[in-house]
Amino acid sequence: MINVFSTVKISVRALRVNKMRSALTILGIIIGVGAVITMLAVGNGARKKIEEQISSIGSNLLIIFPGSSGSGGVRFGSGTQPTLTIKDAEAIQKECSSVQEASPVINGTAQIVYSNQNWSTSIIGTTPNMFIVRDWSIINGKVFTNDDVKSSTKVCLLGQTVVDNIFGNLDPVGHIIRIKKVPFKIIGVLESKGQSAQGHDQDDVIYIPITTAQKKLFGTQFPGTVRTIMVKAKTFEDLAKAESQINELLKQRHRIGNKQENDFTVRNLTQIMQTAEQATNIMTLLLGAVASVSLLVGGIGIMNIMLVSVTERTREIGIRMAIGAKTWDIRLQFIIEALTLSLIGGLIGIAFGIAGAKIVSILAEWNTIISNMSLVLAFGFSGIIGLFFGFYPAYKASLLNPIDALRFE
Amino acid sequence: MPLIEIKEVNKIYKLGDIEVNALHNISLSIEKGEFAGIMGPSGSGKSTFLNIIGCLDRPTSGQYLIDGFNVSQLNRDQLSNIRNIKIGFIFQGFNLLPRTSAIENVELPMLYKGVSAKERKKIAIEALSAVGLEERKNHYPNQLSGGQQQRVAIARALVNKAPIILADEPTGNLDTKTSSEIMELFLKLNRESNISIIIVTHEPDIAAYCKRIIRFKDGNIISDERNEQN
Repeated sequence: MINVFSTVKISVRALRVNKMRSALTILGIIIGVGAVITMLAVGNGARKKIEEQISSIGSNLLIIFPGSSGSGGVRFGSGTQPTLTIKDAEAIQKECSSVQEASPVINGTAQIVYSNQNWSTSIIGTTPNMFIVRDWSIINGKVFTNDDVKSSTKVCLLGQTVVDNIFGNLDPVGHIIRIKKVPFKIIGVLESKGQSAQGHDQDDVIYIPITTAQKKLFGTQFPGTVRTIMVKAKTFEDLAKAESQINELLKQRHRIGNKQENDFTVRNLTQIMQTAEQATNIMTLLLGAVASVSLLVGGIGIMNIMLVSVTERTREIGIRMAIGAKTWDIRLQFIIEALTLSLIGGLIGIAFGIAGAKIVSILAEWNTIISNMSLVLAFGFSGIIGLFFGFYPAYKASLLNPIDALRFE
Repeated sequence: MPLIEIKEVNKIYKLGDIEVNALHNISLSIEKGEFAGIMGPSGSGKSTFLNIIGCLDRPTSGQYLIDGFNVSQLNRDQLSNIRNIKIGFIFQGFNLLPRTSAIENVELPMLYKGVSAKERKKIAIEALSAVGLEERKNHYPNQLSGGQQQRVAIARALVNKAPIILADEPTGNLDTKTSSEIMELFLKLNRESNISIIIVTHEPDIAAYCKRIIRFKDGNIISDERNEQN
């Protein structure tokens, strides 16, 4: 078997003879590999963004809304009928085996005042397990307790945006703010979560015990009712089971017959997000596939040039055969030549792909992520292209009749 | 045992429906150390004959033995092997690889034989100095004169210690003075290394160097005589 190192040397020399031709052939592969890497980076960037959004609402999340109310044939929207209660939340937590935590929510907007600063923000009354449901941690201070909920203590947790607007760089923990003129003691600050999928600032918020919200801030004509209940299922696989368990339980608790319409709705947020993620995966795949076509075209370019090269060098092949080159010696020589073209193209293409992804990031302000996997994939693919499209010309060369090849002018 | 032994070899080409009988029942043997010339007009079958003894082609029927080993029915790769170790080719057009230095051209047969890089270089330099071109080892064929290129080709034919050198019109592209230098080199190799040399030529001046002259006509050997002068 022929010495591979010598063959590589011979191949590189043959490619250098036709510099322009080799460069153009390599360019085809560069564009192909570069396009594959850039497109995969764009797709991965989109997926990463969605993953971040999923983790910012909290994982394995279900939201229960109360049903719609009607008056004289006019139906108001979902959530207009106060049917959910704190007791419902407690029952869900206790009786649904697939549920990890269930947390009731009352919310509203209120003006808050601290010394000479004031700010309007959303106030959420809830239970301590809300922060488990939403995978949300405290960066300073502590969460209110179930005892605070029982005794309607006037304590609050601030979101980062509220802290920035009211306190600036001051540490707010321990200070007293007024919410609707009611004094609340600040006991903690929440970690920043950033924007939600809808662009809503999740940090512009104050959390207080749900009973405090009911009694001191948002007096309602339906005591004990809540706006929504947020539920965390034990695992992603448990989501569907949790949803049906909650449906069963609430139907029973609200005494809804089989033919009656539910007075509540369970929404599976995680599933919606998961669907979005799947859509991005398909988009990534599609972008990659389109880019692969250009790599394939690059491969055809290699085959074209190799066929020309075999014809041009028929005499050389004849000489090599006459002095003892065997079938595979000739084949390897041309395959290695094709591989050299495609691998050089692959390497430069990686550089172009990374640069392309950066340009897309800057120009389109689109987050791009270059995974090592996509680099290995694109480079490996360029090698396979070289092998595949180099084989036929090499095969053709190896079948030449040495006598005819030697006579070739 | 003769070095080359050909028994009742026929070669028939098919050109469409027409069969061309290029060689008729040729039988011939050449001993080790012979210096033979093959002559004949074009179309006489001498090229076909050379292709067969050079293992570039197979006879349609008959036997061809090198050192008593039957090579007439070997496959492509086996024939390549025989050419690599038993036969050195010299062509009219030199047939060096372009854009490849003299020494790399000379190393080529050893590359296909599987000789290590270090050994290849050593043997190639020896062969180049045997043909008087050691100083030009790094020159490319287009930087060498015709005579020098043919010397490189001879060096290439020597490196695998092949017992047979087949030369097809080796001086056809050279002037008279260079031609005689090349022929002297063949004589020297024949005398000192006992290499069998078979030369195809149509020039009487060149044939005059040969110790034996075989003439072809219409696919037959019409004469086979010793040249007593040499």
